Amino acid sequence: MEGDIVQMGAYLGAGLACMGMGGAAVGVGNVAGNYLAGALRNPSAAASQTATLFIGIAFAEALGIFSFLVALLLMFAV
Amino acid sequence: MATEAKDAHAAEGGGLVFHPMDQFKVEPFFGDGPIAWYTLTNAAVWMGVAVLAIFALLVLGTARRAVVPGRIQSIGELAYGFIYKMVEDICGKDGVKYFPYIMTLFMFIVFANFLGLLPMAFTPTSHIAVTAVMAFAVFFAVTILGFVKNGASFLSLFWVSSAPLPLRPVLALIEIISYFVRPVSHSIRLAGNMMAGHAVIKVFAGFAAIAAIAPLSVVAITAMYGLEVLVSFIQAYVFTILTCVYLKDALHPHH
Amino acid sequence: MATQTPAASAPGMPQLDFSTFGNQIFWLVVALVAIYFVLSRMALPRIASVLAERQGTITSDIAAAEDLKAKALDAEAAYEKALVDARAEAHRIVAEAKAEIQADLDAAIAKADAEIAAKSAESEKEISAIRAGAMDAVKDVAKSTAKEIVAAMGATADARSITAAVNARLKG
Repeated sequence: MEGDIVQMGAYLGAGLACMGMGGAAVGVGNVAGNYLAGALRNPSAAASQTATLFIGIAFAEALGIFSFLVALLLMFAV
Repeated sequence: MATEAKDAHAAEGGGLVFHPMDQFKVEPFFGDGPIAWYTLTNAAVWMGVAVLAIFALLVLGTARRAVVPGRIQSIGELAYGFIYKMVEDICGKDGVKYFPYIMTLFMFIVFANFLGLLPMAFTPTSHIAVTAVMAFAVFFAVTILGFVKNGASFLSLFWVSSAPLPLRPVLALIEIISYFVRPVSHSIRLAGNMMAGHAVIKVFAGFAAIAAIAPLSVVAITAMYGLEVLVSFIQAYVFTILTCVYLKDALHPHH
Repeated sequence: MATQTPAASAPGMPQLDFSTFGNQIFWLVVALVAIYFVLSRMALPRIASVLAERQGTITSDIAAAEDLKAKALDAEAAYEKALVDARAEAHRIVAEAKAEIQADLDAAIAKADAEIAAKSAESEKEISAIRAGAMDAVKDVAKSTAKEIVAAMGATADARSITAAVNARLKG
């Protein structure tokens, strides 16, 4: 019985952790959208900034991956 | 493997006949038994396949040394030019001598990722152990290189001289924390991305056992697979470009 | 879940099964070292040399193309010059021919003019001779007529006075 409650908590926590993915989605969308807006204003500078775009996306997305990792840990490792 | 997983998980009523994480199990490639450090495991085999594929692409593919390249040679030259330009753009001219190391990392990651997408394959880069070794190798190499090249002035990386003076200690603390978090995020980003994509595909594959939603699940798997192809490349690119950025910090620590 | 399966045989996440870490790290290092040697000893120098060779070929091809272009420009200039020369020659020939014809024409005109002048001078002479003849005839007729008239009027007149009177009349 006690184990079931722990497991329920773990699964609830895993589900809650998935909300972090939404934050990552907002972040990545923000980065890409702002890049596109800037690129349309100044297309000649766009090509030189793709590396920065990917770095920004990677940083934003890493946090989403962390939340996914927390979910996985709760599901399988706790 | 599947039957064992079924026994283990059928009771949970998830509808899975196999477990989404089972694909990441490291097992001996021949037979069963304990895994010692020298055992030839599936991870080792797929790393070896990656090495052979890199050898085939970059050595056998360019064996003709054609001035007008064929298909395989074009791909090899494309990869070479891609990474070379990245290193040169980000690290500058003095970073070019570290190009072989960065090329090694990129080729290994990109091939491990792509080979892992083959059905029944194992993805070495989905394991924290693998990515953490690479990330910490980059971290220590970059840190040592920074101190060797710049001496104590490497610490000016943490002292943001463009910020107002009262803010600088706070910023320095943040910079130091973010510096030490680098290898963690660097490794977990790659492993997490690879693991997540493969696990999601396996989850959808599990739904295919239910006849009513099987077509939907096949469509979903196809879509996820396409996304995974993209992610495989982008994560290798991101790992490489972040390595270049860290290297640039070590070579030119002044903001 | 971890409670259901024995943790020793199947931990929840294979990534966190530390018993396999040594194995993975060992093979990873082997793989990376192998890739590094393959790349730095064989692949990268070869690709670099191929790229450099291609760059050289392209550069020399461009130089050859420049050379050929210069040659073509030279040939065009020579052609233009030949064209200009030919045109000048043609002009010269035309002018020469024109001058020759003009000279011939002038000579012919001059000759014709001279002939015409000679003929008209001759005619003039004849006309003046005829005119003189006519004047003499008129004088004779006037003299004889005057003598007759005088005679008819019953007077006599000597020839000398009649002649003088006729001459005076003709002169006035």
